[in-house]
Amino acid sequence: MYKRREVLQRIAALALAGPIEFGSAQHVHESVAEDTKSGPYKPQALTAHEYESLTALCELIVPGASKGSAAAFIDLLSSQNPEMAAIYTGGLAWLDEAMKRQYSADFLAAKASEKTAMLDRIAYKKNETSDLAAGIRFFAWARRMTVDAYYTSAAGIAEVGYKGNVGMTEFKVPQEAIDYAVKRSGL
Amino acid sequence: MDAGDGTFYHQVMFQIIRNGPVADVVIIGSGAGGGTVTKVLTDLGMSVTLLEAGPMLHPETDYLEHVWPYQVPHRGSGPGGASYFGRGRDFGWFSAHAGGWHLEGEPYSVAEGSKFQWFRSRIVGGRTNHYGRISLRYADYDLKPYSRDGIGTDWPISYDDIAPYYDKAERFIGVTGSKEGIRSAPDGVFQQCPPPRVHEVLIKKAADKLGIPCIPNRLAVITKATNGRPACHYCGQCGRGCKTASNYSSAQVQVFPAMKTGRVNLITNAMARELITDNEGKVTAVSYIDKATRTEKQIRCRTVVLAASCCESTRLLLNSKGPRHTNGLGNSSGEVGRNLTDNTGFSLGATIPALAGMQRHDSDGMGGAHLYVPWWLWEKKLDFPRGYHIELGGGYGMPGVGSFAGTVNREEGYGEPLKKAIYEDYGTRVNFAGRGEMIPNQDTYCDIDPNVVDRWGIPVLKFHFKWTEAELKQVEHMEKTFTELLEAMGGKPVRRPGTAEQKISTGGEIIHEVGAIRMGDNPRASALNKYCQSHDVKNLFVADAAPFVSNPDKNPTLTICALAWRTAEYMAEEMRKGNV
Repeated sequence: MYKRREVLQRIAALALAGPIEFGSAQHVHESVAEDTKSGPYKPQALTAHEYESLTALCELIVPGASKGSAAAFIDLLSSQNPEMAAIYTGGLAWLDEAMKRQYSADFLAAKASEKTAMLDRIAYKKNETSDLAAGIRFFAWARRMTVDAYYTSAAGIAEVGYKGNVGMTEFKVPQEAIDYAVKRSGL
Repeated sequence: MDAGDGTFYHQVMFQIIRNGPVADVVIIGSGAGGGTVTKVLTDLGMSVTLLEAGPMLHPETDYLEHVWPYQVPHRGSGPGGASYFGRGRDFGWFSAHAGGWHLEGEPYSVAEGSKFQWFRSRIVGGRTNHYGRISLRYADYDLKPYSRDGIGTDWPISYDDIAPYYDKAERFIGVTGSKEGIRSAPDGVFQQCPPPRVHEVLIKKAADKLGIPCIPNRLAVITKATNGRPACHYCGQCGRGCKTASNYSSAQVQVFPAMKTGRVNLITNAMARELITDNEGKVTAVSYIDKATRTEKQIRCRTVVLAASCCESTRLLLNSKGPRHTNGLGNSSGEVGRNLTDNTGFSLGATIPALAGMQRHDSDGMGGAHLYVPWWLWEKKLDFPRGYHIELGGGYGMPGVGSFAGTVNREEGYGEPLKKAIYEDYGTRVNFAGRGEMIPNQDTYCDIDPNVVDRWGIPVLKFHFKWTEAELKQVEHMEKTFTELLEAMGGKPVRRPGTAEQKISTGGEIIHEVGAIRMGDNPRASALNKYCQSHDVKNLFVADAAPFVSNPDKNPTLTICALAWRTAEYMAEEMRKGNV
């Protein structure tokens, strides 16, 4: 139940400031401060090699993925879920094997052009062959979760341009946006 | 407990009614119906005992309003990334419900050949914590379906009987809207609805072109301060629960304020098991399981109000067997459990190219659309009876786990082209969802499964469900209409393969189950009279959606509030007169 004093404060804030400073904004600052204090993420499910490989893979899928802590997100969930862990340990092992067969170097050690040549094959369902099927399935997992990690992070949310979660005193829609869409729609 | 041969009641007969004070009124369930009865009776100076099967609600900590996904380690996918395996929290991690389609230890059965889903939320406020807040009045003709087209059954009350209670409910809880004079969508006591978002402006223009009305939405959201509740702050997160109570939830708007009067005895974690009756067939006590201790307790009472939800209230009556009512209490008509319906559901969306490249802006608004489409063909001869309304979706929602799955599946690839596709797709999707009337049929009902009890030992419900041609034809009409609307906006909706039977929602999925303890003037064909009082048991009332005689193309919550209000006033008067 909201407290009366708090409600009054919020109304005051609404009247004066427009966007509201919510308690959650405070949490964000605290949680970021906490992250910095505790240092970089230490993998819990993956080996150092697996984690490094995954980090490189995530970065190729979504450039900037590390700003969204994509590999950490995947490792953390894998540490809580053996089914998830198996997808990643198995998938990363598949990737290393496939790279070694093709380029005589595992994923991390391979040249950038070799890495992308492999991704160009496993990033599309249409390339599915018995040789690539497992890799394509793994890549779909990694891509889906990397995208999720990045676009649910502060960096990704800012990049895609979500402006909300701030509150307004009055709901308004920019007239330019309406004019833009109406004109393009022909309606 | 139940040998399956009708011997269940023997156990009950030998129970000793605990000594203790006699409560004037016991209300079972604290959702829209129970909350409203609690408010109305305490306003009249009466004291109530309110039983809730779930725990107390603490909005400040329970509601995840304004939390960013990155403030949660799993970002909303659930511990271990459960949502990636289809085991995530129903309606997403941040939803304010305390339940879901499946509750641990509280199963329900579905008959062979039927499909049914049952959503329960065990917490003070029930499903009003997370619901869509859509608040639509039933039309005059909705209450007299048989008189109109010869199908179904008329309600024992008319629009004029319920209209004053719609007024009271709307005035108290606060509902947005505008006066439109459309017969299918009666006007009410409305607060100003915020202006439409960009995609909604386009939808309105497309609808105008097609001759379809598209009007300001009717949501239980306050846009001006009301009864000490501040106005909406337009964060779009009603489904997470509103810490400022700027939308309607029965806990915050009715139960908590009523508790301040000192006249509410709220008992949480109390799973009602059975109603105990005396030799005259009156309810004398409510038996419930205290979940904390797993012991059975009883409260003696003068009157009882069932507001546990349509199906839970039904279950309670069917489980309250006695030598004089072997097929359940208040069920001499045999109607309890029958006439169950849900609303129909179908949705279709498409990318609207006109929205691509638009200047990004905050489109959060209310937690729901700012416009909606009421049923517009009530006078037309169609190949199906009754109708549906359309709910609109779109805008720049807060990104979450899975938000871009559609783009990723379509685009595939990786790197900058993938990021570009995500950027361009964001906010360009428009979705239509239809919610329509289902007509009660012989094959759709619930009864007790003699073979299964829940973790408290209470026999569970078994659902039997079937859509008929009336609903399937309606869904085909929805698909045609949504396609026309999307195409008028420049979208290219992909026709979903399959039959209407494959496209229509699963029974129960829309969570508008109503009708299983219906009201009527004839005690042989209905369980309740026109005041939702049991024909058989004079001190038993029902105040959820179970009394509804039809399930029109309108979300039921506002009508639950209005009818519960009416029932509570009637009941208080009958108690004052000494009639119950």
